Amino acid sequence: MELLSLSAVELGTAIREGRTTAVEAMEAVLARIEEKESLYNCYITVDRDGALSRAADVQRRIEAGELTGPLAGVPVAIKDNLCTEGLLTTCASKILENYVPTFSAEAVLNLERAGAVLIGKTNMDEFAMGSTTETSAYGVTRNPADPEHVPGGSSGGSAAAVASGECFFALGSDTGGSIRQPASFCGVVGMKPTYGTVSRYGLVAYGSSLDQIGPLSRTVEDCAVILEAIASHDVKDSTSVERQDTDFTSALVRDVKGMRIGIPRDYFGEGLDPEVRAAVLQAAELLKENGAVVEEFDLSLVDYAIPAYYTIAAAEASSNLERFDGIKYGYRAEAEGLHQMYKKTRSQGFGPEVKRRIMLGSFVLSSGYYDAYYLKALRVKAMIKGAFDEAFGKYNCILGPAAPTTAPRLGESLSDPIKMYLGDIYTIAVNLAGLPGICVPCGTDKKGLPIGLQLIGDCFREKDLIRAAYTYEQLRKEGK
Amino acid sequence: MAKEYETVIGLEVHVELATRTKIFCGCSTAFGGSPNSHTCPVCTGMPGSLPVLNRKVLEHAVAVGLATNCSITRYCKFDRKNYFYPDNPQNYQISQLYLPICRDGWVEIDTPEGAKKIGIHEIHMEEDAGKLIHDEWEDCTLVDYNRSGVPLIEIVSEPDMRSAEEVIAYLEKLRLIIQYLGASDCKLQEGSMRADVNLSVREKGAAAFGTRTEMKNLNSFRAIARAIEGERSRQIDLLEAGEPVVQETRRWDDAKETSYAMRSKEDAQDYRYFPDPDLAPVSISDEYLEEIRSRQPEFRTEKMKRYKEEFELPDYDIEIITGSKHMADIFEATVALGSQPKKVSNWLMVETLRLLKERGMDPEDIRFSPENLAKLIDLTESRAINSTVAKEVFEVMFEEDIDPEEYVEKKGLKMVSDEGALRRTVEEVIAANPQSVQDYRNGKEKAIGFLVGQTMKAMKGKADPGSVNRLLKELL
Repeated sequence: MELLSLSAVELGTAIREGRTTAVEAMEAVLARIEEKESLYNCYITVDRDGALSRAADVQRRIEAGELTGPLAGVPVAIKDNLCTEGLLTTCASKILENYVPTFSAEAVLNLERAGAVLIGKTNMDEFAMGSTTETSAYGVTRNPADPEHVPGGSSGGSAAAVASGECFFALGSDTGGSIRQPASFCGVVGMKPTYGTVSRYGLVAYGSSLDQIGPLSRTVEDCAVILEAIASHDVKDSTSVERQDTDFTSALVRDVKGMRIGIPRDYFGEGLDPEVRAAVLQAAELLKENGAVVEEFDLSLVDYAIPAYYTIAAAEASSNLERFDGIKYGYRAEAEGLHQMYKKTRSQGFGPEVKRRIMLGSFVLSSGYYDAYYLKALRVKAMIKGAFDEAFGKYNCILGPAAPTTAPRLGESLSDPIKMYLGDIYTIAVNLAGLPGICVPCGTDKKGLPIGLQLIGDCFREKDLIRAAYTYEQLRKEGK
Repeated sequence: MAKEYETVIGLEVHVELATRTKIFCGCSTAFGGSPNSHTCPVCTGMPGSLPVLNRKVLEHAVAVGLATNCSITRYCKFDRKNYFYPDNPQNYQISQLYLPICRDGWVEIDTPEGAKKIGIHEIHMEEDAGKLIHDEWEDCTLVDYNRSGVPLIEIVSEPDMRSAEEVIAYLEKLRLIIQYLGASDCKLQEGSMRADVNLSVREKGAAAFGTRTEMKNLNSFRAIARAIEGERSRQIDLLEAGEPVVQETRRWDDAKETSYAMRSKEDAQDYRYFPDPDLAPVSISDEYLEEIRSRQPEFRTEKMKRYKEEFELPDYDIEIITGSKHMADIFEATVALGSQPKKVSNWLMVETLRLLKERGMDPEDIRFSPENLAKLIDLTESRAINSTVAKEVFEVMFEEDIDPEEYVEKKGLKMVSDEGALRRTVEEVIAANPQSVQDYRNGKEKAIGFLVGQTMKAMKGKADPGSVNRLLKELL
């Protein structure tokens, strides 16, 4: 049995049935990491000894009948902006180079309760700010589909680890597309749930009103199982929502008959790579052939999503990142006096993209500009939500690309931040409206780089997405 | 001819709320823990931690708002006030700017010209900061986050006050309302109530306000009164000299009776306020508001009226007792245990006030229980102890809240009711003091006082002075 080719659910089943063990699975993953990590650099921290001892412990609990769930014994990688008790959590920043949290994120605890076994912490764009994983202070991550290309970002380490077999599944965070876009670039499944579905407690905040934790996996089935495990109402997070409908696996149904799918013309305009366009429209056609009602419509306001997003996310980030000051934890620069210490610590501790967003955010919140920028952006956000509400009056899902292109080459993106920001055009409106979105692989371009299909659902309608994505995945596998 | 000036004063009053836990986490608000012992990831600003509003804070804030005639904001939010300082672990304070919980209220104060309404601009909820401690020995500064996240309300008045007397009357009024609500103990000295004074002067009759300054570090009513006088004269001197008043924040040094500028408007920080995305907006329903309203206690004015009718106490007693919610509570509880109201009042008015004054304590610091006070009153009323002994016992009770019955028993302080023993002692005293006996018989009535004293001394105070007097007259 080639363990590393299994999905998380397949591995979990094999472990429960005694065909393999949690320890064997972890050893296989660690061997793959050993083999590939020097090239891909998916991880910031690999907790080798801890992972093996946790796997042994979980195996005992499986054998004792204490752990019976589908993820028991399955090795998982966690994005490095999710706190893990006793394990370095850097957010890919120098400013947290030595930060070891005293508590674990609620989503991580939920996975531990399900018996998943933590391998280590994955690379990412610094504080989740970036679309390529190149803003990390710990080196770039390479795309396993072609190591000369980026894996996307900011959850690039998580997506690449899933794609390369350096884990069986991973958690990422998505503020403006940070799960869906790297999933698209690496050819894996990635999902951003409805805002409030997964507790943000223990997620180091970037844009608090937009951040949401979600799974990166090899299959839609895995994605549904993981989401079911991590979704929970958490009293420690005031924005956490109490939901009764988190039995996401019940939507793993291969049937889209009568499902209404809207294709926004706005998502197929200028800037979209023709190969991506063709692959996505072909996926739509396949769903149509199998009974879905597919039609085009105008979503509108798409052009306003990027400025609104970068205003709101940067504003929140500028405040969220104030706590990194060299006083309590993390990196501290030597300096004379408090003021100089603050300045030097933050100048040396943050990378250029983080500084750019802190400055942008501080500017839009400053007295005299607050109304013109921040409040206006909030109004745009409300209008975008309105446009989606209208669309979901007609459709179960909205279908489009996750990104305008396939993965760019390493080093191409950072020199032109505006261009990089524009690459988020198809994902960020979802965060502004708090909606769920999923990305599933739908082909490759001529260079062999993966293309992702994005499905967007109404708030709390993840099941529509899972059903459509699962059906598409099965049809594609069947070669239809 | 010298110009006449009018002082215009508005106050920003911070009140620490009496909740058991902090505003955004479950840590204790208790005083006196070792540094950073009442902390968690939330109140120390750890990455990934999130605030959750303590509902009790909202209850207190709404209760104070209702009691001060405010309109309650039915959809209110928290905002972040961003500034860097080590006592502020997140480098932003969670406060309320755009939609504070209470607005447009007033309280009434008594002035020599009659009742006057002082407007309340707003009341908002916020978190307190930690404390910096400078270690001279190591030459470093340490931070204690035990106070970080302790809930506060800030009550911002309109610029409606015109003198130090009005300011004190307003603060007293606020203090009583808040104490009666049980929302805070409001101790200025200990910092659970803090007032910043915004003051400007203008020529009498002028319509426009002058340039104001804000005065900080005022921790007693006396300091506030002195600071107002000092700032008023400073501003008038400037104006008389043709110099402008600078809008600035000043710090009062009460020992030197002077203030100095901390920062001017020019270097005022831009706090970049914006709604805190981690906290859901608070919606207040009619039912919630009604529930808080129905729990409003009897406030001082009503209580004073009731004391007069129900207990027939003198106005002065009522004034003093209702001046502290705690004292009023002790009074009522003791009366409820069966003690006669005037007797209870006497203990509070005389001995309690004397001891509080001697020890520099507030009525809020009273520790003895109504049960023990009632027992002590019983002991005196039943003549089991005399008034001198009672005062001694009370003093011990005031310190340690002892049970007076047990104490009197243990120390053997009960009056000797054995007539024979008393008669023998009186006979001995008469025999030992022939001169006084002679004086008395010669018509010097006062001499009997000395003999009573001698008898009491011989009885170690445990005799009823009335009986001693009677026996002496009988035997002489």
